[in-house]
Amino acid sequence: MLRIVSSVSRPSSTGILGKVANTGRRSLASSSARNADITLTVDGKEVTVPQGSALIQACEAAGATIPRFCYHDRLAIAGNCRMCLVEVERSPKPVASCAMPAMPGAKVFTNSPLVHEAREGVMEFLLANHPLDCPICDQGGECDLQDQSMRYGSDRSRFHEITGKRAVENKDLGPLVKTSMTRCIQCTRCVRFANEVAGVEELGTTGRGNDMQIGTYVEKTMDSELSGNIVDLCPVGALTSKPYAYNARPWELKSTESVDPLDAVGSNIRIDSRGVQVMRIQPKTNDDVNEEWISDKTRYAYDGLKFQRLTTPLVKQGDRFVAATWEDALTAIADGLAASGASSNEIQAIAGHLADTESLVALKDLANRLNSDNLILDQTNGHLPPVHGVDVRSNYLFNATIPSVEEADAILLVGTNPRHEAAVLNSRIRKSWLHTPLEIGFIGERADTTYGYEFLGADANALETFVSGKVADSAFLRKWKAAKKPLVIVGSAISEHPDAAGVYNALSKLVEQEKSRLVTPEWNGFSVLQRVASRAAAYDIGFTPSRAASQTKPKFIYLLNADEVDPKSIPSDAFVVYQGHHGDLGAQLADVCLPGSAYTEKGTTWVNTEGRAQLGRAAVSPPGASREDWKIIRALSEVVGAPLPYSDALELRDRMWEISPSLVRYDVTEKTSSGIALAGINAIRERTAGAKIGGAAFKKPITNFYQTDPISRASVTMAQCTRAFTKGENYGFSESSQTEQAAFA
Amino acid sequence: MFRSSSATTQVVLKASTSASRVVRPFRVKLRSQRSFATVTDTPVRRYGGLKDQDRIFTNAYCRHDHGIKGAMLRGDWHRTKDILLKGDSWIIQSIKDSGLRGRGGAGFPSGLKWSFMNKPGWEKDPRPRYLVINADEGEPGTCKDREILRGDPHKLIEGCLVAGRGMNASAAYIYIRGEFYQEASHVQQAINEAYAAGFLGKNACGSGYNFDVYVHRGAGAYICGEETALIESIEGKQGKPRLKPPFPADVGLFGCPTTVANVETVAVAPTICRRGGSWFASFGRERNQGTKLFCISGHVNNPCVIEEEMSIPLKELIEKHCGGVVGGWDNLLGIVPGGSSVPVLPINLCSEVLMDYDSLKDAQSGLGTGAVIVMNKSTDIVSAIARFSQFYKHESCGQCTPCREGTTWMAKMMDRLVEGRGHQREIDMLLELTKQVEGRTICALGDAAAWPIQGLMRHFRPEVERRIAAFQAANGHVGFGGHLASAVDPSLAVPDNLGLRAPEPQAGA
Repeated sequence: MLRIVSSVSRPSSTGILGKVANTGRRSLASSSARNADITLTVDGKEVTVPQGSALIQACEAAGATIPRFCYHDRLAIAGNCRMCLVEVERSPKPVASCAMPAMPGAKVFTNSPLVHEAREGVMEFLLANHPLDCPICDQGGECDLQDQSMRYGSDRSRFHEITGKRAVENKDLGPLVKTSMTRCIQCTRCVRFANEVAGVEELGTTGRGNDMQIGTYVEKTMDSELSGNIVDLCPVGALTSKPYAYNARPWELKSTESVDPLDAVGSNIRIDSRGVQVMRIQPKTNDDVNEEWISDKTRYAYDGLKFQRLTTPLVKQGDRFVAATWEDALTAIADGLAASGASSNEIQAIAGHLADTESLVALKDLANRLNSDNLILDQTNGHLPPVHGVDVRSNYLFNATIPSVEEADAILLVGTNPRHEAAVLNSRIRKSWLHTPLEIGFIGERADTTYGYEFLGADANALETFVSGKVADSAFLRKWKAAKKPLVIVGSAISEHPDAAGVYNALSKLVEQEKSRLVTPEWNGFSVLQRVASRAAAYDIGFTPSRAASQTKPKFIYLLNADEVDPKSIPSDAFVVYQGHHGDLGAQLADVCLPGSAYTEKGTTWVNTEGRAQLGRAAVSPPGASREDWKIIRALSEVVGAPLPYSDALELRDRMWEISPSLVRYDVTEKTSSGIALAGINAIRERTAGAKIGGAAFKKPITNFYQTDPISRASVTMAQCTRAFTKGENYGFSESSQTEQAAFA
Repeated sequence: MFRSSSATTQVVLKASTSASRVVRPFRVKLRSQRSFATVTDTPVRRYGGLKDQDRIFTNAYCRHDHGIKGAMLRGDWHRTKDILLKGDSWIIQSIKDSGLRGRGGAGFPSGLKWSFMNKPGWEKDPRPRYLVINADEGEPGTCKDREILRGDPHKLIEGCLVAGRGMNASAAYIYIRGEFYQEASHVQQAINEAYAAGFLGKNACGSGYNFDVYVHRGAGAYICGEETALIESIEGKQGKPRLKPPFPADVGLFGCPTTVANVETVAVAPTICRRGGSWFASFGRERNQGTKLFCISGHVNNPCVIEEEMSIPLKELIEKHCGGVVGGWDNLLGIVPGGSSVPVLPINLCSEVLMDYDSLKDAQSGLGTGAVIVMNKSTDIVSAIARFSQFYKHESCGQCTPCREGTTWMAKMMDRLVEGRGHQREIDMLLELTKQVEGRTICALGDAAAWPIQGLMRHFRPEVERRIAAFQAANGHVGFGGHLASAVDPSLAVPDNLGLRAPEPQAGA
């Protein structure tokens, strides 16, 4: 994808180099010493693993594949499926390799007759009560049980009991996860995920013996932003995806590795498509970003890509839109621009949530060529220059980086609810909270996080008090004062708040006070959590208004994926262009609509909240006449007489590299040195000195996690989730009990 | 009977043909016969007939006061302080000298087990340390611990203190089975009395040692008698066995070093310390020393719980204390010598075995908890073992695959075999299933479910074969899984997965 330019500073986009560099940096910062290595023999092959590894890891390291159902790298060890049995010398019985620590000098056999016999026995037991309904099971083709029975299963069953197989009633886990509990093999991966990662402690096992069931005991849906991951975890077809049910088989799908832009985490995803349709979205493992999880919105909002799409350019005639050709639409814009008489800063460009970096760059270049600095963001107070400035990157990025959240020993959350703003990141906080003595302080609107926190107040005054140190002694405060790696997570909603200047002033004072611990060469604990995929890129390229521009009343407005704008903020006489992929709010305000592509249809750069640039890839072609977004702007530039100097994606990325090399250094984060970070903070303090605090309470920016952008608003699945989880209405099986029943029912 | 004897001849034949090594024992035997005239045999020691003065549980039948007054009259709490002051290594050495093996079923040497708590450098570990008493007596046939809890609770409490001192524990938890209401209240009463008398709590018995005892009542799950499941249960979780390692001595109750011991094991500790390890070791055979509570139930004239010397012959135990088998010894069908989890023994073995760990192990059974279940010829032995299978199916915790699926499958097959509804080849398949469960599970419940069936097939296979043949004679051919050939539509061309056309191996062939 990337052209090799004559530069040594641009690493390859494979990310391998970057990851190596990154892990190296992380281990430098980690305080725990690496365990000593031990050596053992697996199938006659010597292998060295860190002390404390499980035997299964040692076997994997030696290249021996161990079949498993219950064992999962990221979950606690249950050791209950007994599929991973191996033979260890001087052990009379085969041992479960997932539960047995690797011992130095042990001799392990993974391929002996005893091992085969044991695994075949376990497989027979697993299949005894498993319905052999593979032809109608959605897991077919990607089922662990199916795959492993190929090797360890018998071609015919010995289970012929007249009493038949076990049958279990299905559970209602909500609109996302379909259950066929008869297929369950009780590996308890879902239970462990729900308890350890998602924070849904209701899910567990009830009953014993063959009557053991997975469930919530009191029927309840699984209210979590990460519930879709249990579908991936389930080794059989007991938990499958409800929206995807009976839609496709895995071997029909084309997989494309990409990046999710529905929040600012930049989760790595795999888009599975068939023909021109996105069939499903699954996580792609990236330990530096999303581990192996993605949020439900990331996973299930894809059906929104099929509805409400803009497929052809539209020009408003009177009170209705009329389909037009690209030529006519672009000419209409040029005419509108001329007719509106807009010049320089009267031309306003608004960058929306789902705008990709390429189109942001192109739009900024176009506006600048038309002598405008009126580049604003689609958010409350987006027309003002951001209070944190954009000169120093560390002022608006998540400097600690996502994996390092687990190293923090005290976290102060300011005006943010990571559970909704970055659900995957939230699971890391929970992980750390469960396994370490982490303490969390919380300033903002109270939220149901998946971990305990100490509530310190809901407004800027509370932060001011905390900074001044006049707070009552508490567990969090003691921990905060002693913390080696304190972390402040500032919500993106803070810069939209009326007290933004005051809050940032207080924060900069806090950093100044604690700079020996908060901002050091090893650790930068001042982290802003963006919630919108385009925001970090917009700041990076300087998509912000100048002070003069922000005072100017616009006559020509270009909405790039901007669907959150306040209609009242748009002057009635202004000529409005909307470019985007959905007929949402922005399109309603427009005089001309230009159909762009959604994230699954274009290969673009996304910069996540850490400032990590990642390359999204096109999985399907854009529908109808829609085009890649930056190309639309490029075409428009010709028509309005200010042609942009790049005509293909590679030239455009060269332009991005000119603006900021970090935009095309894919998959790595660029660390701001502590000196510059502190200088940036000082600049904030000087700029905001004497800011008044109004004292309005912080508000959660996301009230409905499931519908935050045009794609998820168009999604039927997300609408069902909103009903089931946000509004708390019953969904699914329980629906019938809600409605009145006929007398004979 | 015929089968087993023919099997032995086969073994002998095979052995004699195999190698010259076999000749030697033959010669040895000859030589020993020759030397008979010159060397006198060591006098044969007979075991059994424990004297009253050697009984430890003197109030097992609850005939006397179970409270502290009665207990002290019987010698409990007598100079306990002196025992405590002798220190941990002395206590553990006494237990080691006594040869006491765990009375809960597995028979692990107690002194060794307790010494795991005092690893080098244990003093530096800041964690509290616990002794947990397993009073979750749920094994069918077993009722020895409840007699101790009911009649001699002070023996147990004192044992907690002594054993706790031995392993430097800070507290003991007594996990009593939920159904044992009276037992729990007697134990609680004993604890209250001991606290009031200053025997427990801070400065227990004036020894300067602090020790607390708590009672925790279970909810009646058999699996909670497994040590790690018991720990989970005390912690308030589902009683499901933990993975080992780490063993409880490293990470046990509430993550602290813990030893789980049976009621009887702990309750005999003070008496051993008082009367000395050698006194205790004077009973029973080498490696099987001591006295033991046996609980004999079933078809005996006088079912009872009796304290006897280890290694007493099974026949003598029954004849002497239980008034013999109902209908006479010859009316005996089989005996389960150690609770439901050990294989049944037929009459010929019952006449020979001694009641100790090694002798019963040699007879391919086990001492288990010492619960002797006697069955005379009125017993439907297949039905009895099927009932055991039902029990294990019901009590399996469902955590690990072989046990969860295997116990259910085995129970279903056993239910069919009671009436003989099955295929002859299913007997071997059932045995194969038991082998697939045995040794593959997290805890020993899988083994316990497998052994009774193996015992049944080892000694009573002709009976099972006879039933299958009888059922087939009455109902026509039966396929795998109990499907009747008559229920299958012969006009359909279906693959013969059910063995309906497979020839029956002839019974007894």
